[in-house]
Amino acid sequence: MVELFFGYLAGAVVVLSLLVVFSRNAVHSVLWMLLMFLHMAGLYLLLNAEFLAATQVIVYAGAILVLFLFVIMLLNITEEMRLEQFTVGWPMGVSVSLGVLIAMLAALSGFRTDLKGPWSIEAVERTTHTKALGKVLYTEYMLPFEIASLVLLVAIVGAVYLAKKRLR
Amino acid sequence: MMKLFELLIQPGSFDILLDILVVVLKIAVVIAVVMLHVAYATYFERKVIGHMQVRMGPREVGPHGLLQPVADMLKLFFKEDIIPARADKPVFYLAPVISLMAALSSLAVIPFFDGFVIADINIGLLFILAVSSLGSYGIVLSGWASNSKYSFLGGLRSMAQVISYEVAMGLSLVGVMIMAGSLNLTEIVRAQASYPAGMFAVPQVLGFFVFIVAAIAETNRAPFDLPEAESELVAGYFVEYSGMRFALFYAAEYIGMIVMGALAVTCFLGGWTVPGFVTAVLPFLEHVPGVVWFIGKLYFIIFFYYWIRATLPRYRYDQLMNIGWKILIPLALVNILITGIAKVIL
Amino acid sequence: MEINIQPLVPEIIMAVLALLLLLLELFVRRKETVGLLCIASVTVAAYYMPQSFGKAFGGMFISDGYSVFFKFLFFINLILTVLLSIRYIVIERVNHGEYYALMMLSTLGMMIMASAGDLIVLYLGLELMALSTYILAGFIRHDIRSNEAALKYFLLGAFSSAILLYGITMIYGRTGTTGIALIGAALAEGTVDPVLLLSVTALLVALGFKIALAPFHMWAPDAYEGAPTSVTAFMSVGPKAAGFAALGRVFLTGFGPLTGEWSVILIVLSVLTMAVGNILAIQQQNIKRMLAYSSVAHAGYAVIGVIAAGAEGLSSMMNYLFIYALMNIGAFAVVITLRSEGFQGESLHDYKGLSRTHPVAAAVMLVFMFSLTGIPPTAGFIGKFYIFKAAVAAGYAWLAVVAVVFSVISAFFYLRVVMYMYMHEPEGEPLTLSLSPAIGLALLITTVMVLIVGIYPSPFLAFARIAAG
Repeated sequence: MVELFFGYLAGAVVVLSLLVVFSRNAVHSVLWMLLMFLHMAGLYLLLNAEFLAATQVIVYAGAILVLFLFVIMLLNITEEMRLEQFTVGWPMGVSVSLGVLIAMLAALSGFRTDLKGPWSIEAVERTTHTKALGKVLYTEYMLPFEIASLVLLVAIVGAVYLAKKRLR
Repeated sequence: MMKLFELLIQPGSFDILLDILVVVLKIAVVIAVVMLHVAYATYFERKVIGHMQVRMGPREVGPHGLLQPVADMLKLFFKEDIIPARADKPVFYLAPVISLMAALSSLAVIPFFDGFVIADINIGLLFILAVSSLGSYGIVLSGWASNSKYSFLGGLRSMAQVISYEVAMGLSLVGVMIMAGSLNLTEIVRAQASYPAGMFAVPQVLGFFVFIVAAIAETNRAPFDLPEAESELVAGYFVEYSGMRFALFYAAEYIGMIVMGALAVTCFLGGWTVPGFVTAVLPFLEHVPGVVWFIGKLYFIIFFYYWIRATLPRYRYDQLMNIGWKILIPLALVNILITGIAKVIL
Repeated sequence: MEINIQPLVPEIIMAVLALLLLLLELFVRRKETVGLLCIASVTVAAYYMPQSFGKAFGGMFISDGYSVFFKFLFFINLILTVLLSIRYIVIERVNHGEYYALMMLSTLGMMIMASAGDLIVLYLGLELMALSTYILAGFIRHDIRSNEAALKYFLLGAFSSAILLYGITMIYGRTGTTGIALIGAALAEGTVDPVLLLSVTALLVALGFKIALAPFHMWAPDAYEGAPTSVTAFMSVGPKAAGFAALGRVFLTGFGPLTGEWSVILIVLSVLTMAVGNILAIQQQNIKRMLAYSSVAHAGYAVIGVIAAGAEGLSSMMNYLFIYALMNIGAFAVVITLRSEGFQGESLHDYKGLSRTHPVAAAVMLVFMFSLTGIPPTAGFIGKFYIFKAAVAAGYAWLAVVAVVFSVISAFFYLRVVMYMYMHEPEGEPLTLSLSPAIGLALLITTVMVLIVGIYPSPFLAFARIAAG
């Protein structure tokens, strides 16, 4: 049953990603991406990571993608929709992607599934995912967490500076 | 296919089917009840506002105009469905459905009374936030797909507004999460019953205030109804919609209102429970079923919405943004800080 | 869990003071004060550095000789570039206090990278450094070239971050850990499989972007040319050195058992980088662009130190980066003095006859050009000498020969600047240099240091050798 769900979600993510790339209309691309994000949230759910699944929808689908839409709509790209194709380097791109794909398929065998940490599925289910994540994040991964807050602060400072500061 | 069949005839699969049947029934009941409420919420809105403005409100159809919602529904149902020229048809069709789906699926995690919730999940509160953030897609896409300036402006406004106020709303609920120590809405209600005041609205008064204001903005209601400001944008994002599609938007807006009201009731007003000090004075109130309390509190919140709409003028767009970013978000952050410190000390 | 923050004290001081500067910017009218306070903050952090040795957060953060050496390098980079900026950002009409705060935060990111004992910390430090630098590159908002530089830098940087994360996830899938030392232990049995190769390649590509190794150098010329010159000086040294610090730690500790595999890739990249950098620099007419290609080429030399591996190789790489910092910032300082109100001063032709009009500036530039070429008795010679020595000792004599050949080629474009300054008559209107005490101090420090290291290098070499362990 789990395999069935995983197969559907993974397949859908692949197909939807392709649709994102091949859509002619940028707004449609964003919509396919929205669907893809929802399927990714489904993948998280399958891994018992319900907090991540919800955050995925809130942050990516609810905020970041909406900003994408905002920009695309304000740019009003109707001309580009009729262009045949505006990048000439696509054969290069396709061959590089195919190369990476083959390399990754070759690499699949090397991943190990026998490694177990303290947070087994049972442990996560017992403490609930939100609590487990919170505990790890605020003890073991305190340092990365704090650095991440600084990264976000820099992003805010940059956005405010670049967008708001009046020219002298 | 064979596997699926084997799965079906396994012992125990009957229980699963029964579970599914129960869930489907619950969904049907909830949707039916909520839809009825939506129909009459429009009626009461017109009545309440009418009386507040010293008018009578609807009176023609049925006694006291009680059949007015039915008449409205029939009219919308049989009206011609007009699609603007050069509209993006798939998106145009999809937009109201997204709005409605987002609003309806939030209902799944709300505990209407003890033990009655369609999906009792660990992250109920986050689920509502996630789904309501998807609701804005319906609005913005309808604005874009209609290929009309008014709709487009309405859609853009709504998008900015919803994103801004979602932050404040999420932060205002963090205080509740800290106090309850859970994201499960049933447990949040239970946690409130164990506090002396019986509801989080008292210790979380700041959070409650922020939540209520943000909820009004989230549902695009007056005085934050800029996305559909009639005097500037005719009707905002759904100018070009007619007939059933228009009705879907309308329903989504009212369901959104009900969801936000229900969330306020569950997170701040103690859900289906009665505060302990009330039952201490009036013990017979304990026998009133929880669903009555829940619905009573919900009606109060919805009445409050109407009251605000009838009282306050619409804000200007820059005022709206200032309130969101410069007042509500800092207030919510202060609330989190206070709650966190209190939680550590006590 | 016991939390020991002693090793983190310099970083915490940097973070707190950077945020204070950001607040102070609101109240201080003269932004020059903010710049001076920035230098003061750095000295405070540097003061606490010697007590910081140790590990924190279960080995996620390591403060050792290696990281402390790099941190001092970042401090020197920051102080010198702040000295360059104080007058320059007034001329560019972007005299805002955020500039200094962002530089401090970027330096903080570099420090975290140098100390990272865990790939996640490494990634976050890299993002902190890179994000601040993207903003700094686009700091002249009203200049379209600056916007372009920031955008290109940002897009390619984000791309390389994604590749870095791919590499980290793959190594995590293979070893079940992100700790660099733990990865090294897990790989100790020495079997090589495709996942490891892919992960090594991904990390190499991502860090290669940051240190501008060919063929991942495409962003460098445009970003260096368009960014404010002081920021170009900053980002041609700081992020590059931080990238090298990460490269050394990850590849020698984490991927140590795979040295045979990755050194082959690095050798190819190194030769390619030296070729691309030095040959393309020849046809540049814009001095910032020329120095951009030159900095690409210098990354190619420094990588030889990593290839040579061992304490010898590492210390030669660290030493080289230290010297490179001094001479490169010095060269950019001269470029900045040529920029004045309404005059770009970025074309090579602007240097014609500089020795007649401004003999001191010309002489200083001469020192830096000699040093960048690697002509004794300047520091550049010492740096290259020890890199080549380490390469020969590690058995890569032919690589050292190739590097020497490319050094000779590089003389063509470095000495062309000298030729323009000394053997041409001044053209057009006479130049006015925009000098200030701060930039004078920066020029003094860099020139004197380049000469001292060139003539009497042993204490600096010893410092690098001890730091490399």
